[in-house]
Amino acid sequence: MAPQQQFHVLAVDDSIIDRKLIERLLKTSSYQVTVVDSGSKALEFLGLNEDEQMDQDVSSVLPSDHQQDLEVNLIITDYWMPGMTGYELLRKIKQSKSLKDIPVVIMSSENVPSRINRCLKEGAEEFFLKPVQMSDVNKLKPHLLRGRAMEDEPIINKIEATLEVI
Amino acid sequence: MEINQTRRQIAGMRQSLFDQGLVDEQFVQLEELQDDANPNFVEEVATLYYRDSSRLIQNLDQALEKSPLDFNKLDNYMHQLKGSSSSIGAKKVKAECTHFKEYCRTANREGCMRSFQQLKKEYVLLKKKLEAYFQMARQAGPSNAACRPK
Repeated sequence: MAPQQQFHVLAVDDSIIDRKLIERLLKTSSYQVTVVDSGSKALEFLGLNEDEQMDQDVSSVLPSDHQQDLEVNLIITDYWMPGMTGYELLRKIKQSKSLKDIPVVIMSSENVPSRINRCLKEGAEEFFLKPVQMSDVNKLKPHLLRGRAMEDEPIINKIEATLEVI
Repeated sequence: MEINQTRRQIAGMRQSLFDQGLVDEQFVQLEELQDDANPNFVEEVATLYYRDSSRLIQNLDQALEKSPLDFNKLDNYMHQLKGSSSSIGAKKVKAECTHFKEYCRTANREGCMRSFQQLKKEYVLLKKKLEAYFQMARQAGPSNAACRPK
């Protein structure tokens, strides 16, 4: 049986120090990591053109064997970034058919309850206060596992369906 | 043995960073991310910090020469500096960033000027101490890279 693929986390932060830090934290947890410095680069990586309301058909943009490499299991983003904020990025992801089920986590250096609530309401799974620590990154696992379980669900349903026939 | 003396020196230098309030718990967090595969992580982050923040300090210097002051812009720069100072565990620098931001909020020009002078002092002091610390740690060899004593 093929070993299960590593989880792939996309990290978004405009600060070069914070990018280095989050990358190290995530790699220490054995996640595959891609780091970008802006919301628009994140959307580009995810295959979503930020100007479009409807998703692009990803397969028309990338050869199909690249899709597997680019599958993102979780997005962790800074809140305050020039251009697109983490909140705006979160909204675009949740509005996207193809991306809405990817768990999103927000990081912020400021403890602003109204901000935290707004992000959680918009669908963020967690809100981490910076500087992000190992104990925060440890909280990501359940969200990643749940995502994978949801992916496996259609297969399990199929198996169950065949069992009933027997 | 010479190596033990060096190790004691390194430990001493490390302890004084904490005792003098120059670094906080976040510095320890960075140390804990060091391992055999990433033996120089703390130094790498520190180097990145000084390169990135020198740009911000320059921007702040220039912005503080303007008249009238653009407090929004100053606050923006300082927010970035505070963030990265916090990420590296630069305790005193971070505290001074907070003071500066408060002076921005109250549009206090004098306060900003004074605070920035103090900030630069702290910034330079920390840089010197960290450089000396990392250099000493490197001298002791890769297995003694600056890290938390076990």
